[in-house]
Amino acid sequence: MKPVYLDNNATTAVAPEVFEAMQPYLTEFYGNPSSMHTFGGQLHRKIEDARDSVAGLLGAEPEEIIFTSCGTESDNTAILSAIESVPGKRHIITTRVEHPAVRSFCKHLGRKGYRITFLPVNHQGQLNIDDLMKALNEDTVLVTIMYANNEIGNIYPIEEIGAILRERQILFHTDAVQVMGKIPVDLKTLPVDMLSLSGHKLHAPKGIGALYVRKGTRFHPYLIGGHQEKGRRAGTENVASIIGLGKACALATGNIDKESNYLSNLRDKLEVSLLKTCPDSRVNGDVASRLPNTANLSFEYVEGEAILLRLNEYGICASSGSACSSGSLEPSHVLRAMGVPFTAIHGSIRFSLSRYNTGEEIDKVIEIVPKIIKELRLLSPFGRDDAGKKIACTS
Amino acid sequence: MWEYTDKVREYFLNPKNIGEIENPDGVGDVGSIVCGDALKLTLKVDKETGKITDAKFQTFGCASAIASSSALTELIKGKTLDEALKIGNQDIADFLGGLPKEKMHCSVMGKEALEAAIDNYRGIERPVEEEGKLVCKCFDVTEEKIRKVAIENHLTTVDEITDYTKAGGGCGECQSDIEAILKDLWALKAPEKPVKPKKLTNLQKIALIQEIIESEIRPGLQADGGDIELIDIEGNKVVIAFRGMCSGCVKSGMTIEGIQTKLRELVSEDLVVETQ
Repeated sequence: MKPVYLDNNATTAVAPEVFEAMQPYLTEFYGNPSSMHTFGGQLHRKIEDARDSVAGLLGAEPEEIIFTSCGTESDNTAILSAIESVPGKRHIITTRVEHPAVRSFCKHLGRKGYRITFLPVNHQGQLNIDDLMKALNEDTVLVTIMYANNEIGNIYPIEEIGAILRERQILFHTDAVQVMGKIPVDLKTLPVDMLSLSGHKLHAPKGIGALYVRKGTRFHPYLIGGHQEKGRRAGTENVASIIGLGKACALATGNIDKESNYLSNLRDKLEVSLLKTCPDSRVNGDVASRLPNTANLSFEYVEGEAILLRLNEYGICASSGSACSSGSLEPSHVLRAMGVPFTAIHGSIRFSLSRYNTGEEIDKVIEIVPKIIKELRLLSPFGRDDAGKKIACTS
Repeated sequence: MWEYTDKVREYFLNPKNIGEIENPDGVGDVGSIVCGDALKLTLKVDKETGKITDAKFQTFGCASAIASSSALTELIKGKTLDEALKIGNQDIADFLGGLPKEKMHCSVMGKEALEAAIDNYRGIERPVEEEGKLVCKCFDVTEEKIRKVAIENHLTTVDEITDYTKAGGGCGECQSDIEAILKDLWALKAPEKPVKPKKLTNLQKIALIQEIIESEIRPGLQADGGDIELIDIEGNKVVIAFRGMCSGCVKSGMTIEGIQTKLRELVSEDLVVETQ
């Protein structure tokens, strides 16, 4: 059974075009780009072509792009670089809804003597700019705020925040892992100093990422060793994956509006339908400013892992913010920061779409989900039937 | 993704004995929707024989919670109340071919519901939990429950307590309290501290220091993204180097002192630790 894959904020399928572009560099052209001989050295040019494509999607200059191994490395590098560049200052501002690549790292720095402000969000997961203004002070070395949230899809006002920080000459980093290819990003006008992206959220393979560092921004490398990436990121280049990321960015460039439209149509159809067919359900997030591919819904009285595993029986892949589906017992930090009631967090399901999802697939999900919710509510001591009455069950 | 057995999957996808018995003889209501799992068990008991003639469940929770509840009802049907009370949470897990260790609390919930339902049938008032005894505020776990589950399942670590009761798995603030409870509980049986060897040859000393760094010191540093390397030992001077996040870390001064204390305790009083 071909899965109905609606977990694209976790990872995406490698585009066939990307795979095709990469293949020769995993077989025939296995050289080291740093070599003096043509066999290896010629790959250097290919890497620069890929860099051009990544820069193209971002509206950046190629020399502003550093290839890394993943989004997490990009995030960690940006934060470390900032604090090393301004050694006297020890205050970092971030949010309560960041990805662990930023959140856990900031907490780690908090234990090392840095002061970290985690900005709160409201019930829709929105930030309040006043909170940021109040948090800024003489000691602030870096503000790092995600461009869009992986769990609920909220898009944050990066342009507005960037303008405030530029005026005060405070470094600004954004984790843009979830937005690449989904909404247009133009760093020519966007006041951001550093930006992280990841290949595997964009139909490139896992194990490749990039960090944008604006020209003129002081930079300290994280990985120290060879001269690769102009000494900004040591380690022999992951040639095939770099080519893959370049191809994925080239595919996305110019198609964002069309793709975004396609995704939001499918997403809205799914969301509207499920809210109608499943009583006591709700949307988590900011419906006015969201990624086009993400729907985070809560179904009361049922638990997320149970929903996921029943969906799994139909080959439908999604994810949940419930505690039981995570490795720990902690339910989603994003939904908790938003003040979503625990009852709704336990029953939260995230559907995240990609260009490869079809209308038929969405129809299948629209048919299956209400059935599963109903079955699980029959099992639940808190379940109700369609009339809102407690069920006297006869199995 | 959790590694569930086929039996867990089967009892999750097609659970037996779902629902609520009308006019039940015994009701056990445990857990809460806030904590993430809850189970309502209803029993029908034959008053002549004391046998459980029917059992039904309603569960809010993950796949293993549903499967454990259903397994429980299968296990107790036809048994006398006294026989049923002998069923432990491990029996529920065994019936299902085992549960992932992080999910053992689901079987504990089953056992609790059973005890609550039988108490209810027998008219035994369940003690209201005292505020002061609550250890884990995230998941409402009392000291009494931690002690009971620890004894029943021979649990000795905080992680195990979290797997079996969820206590300590939320904000984590109560983990030191749990540790203290376990220490107290197993005080008589706790393994004794390694006896300090009396006189060591130089070679033995080097080997011992190396071993302590490997087993006692390194894991903690690595958990923080750092690392340590033993560079040299000259007489009583132990030269180390910090790697990764530890190098240049503000806390490394503190860390050196900690390492020195540990080595003095376990190897020799006169050791001095220095960085390269």
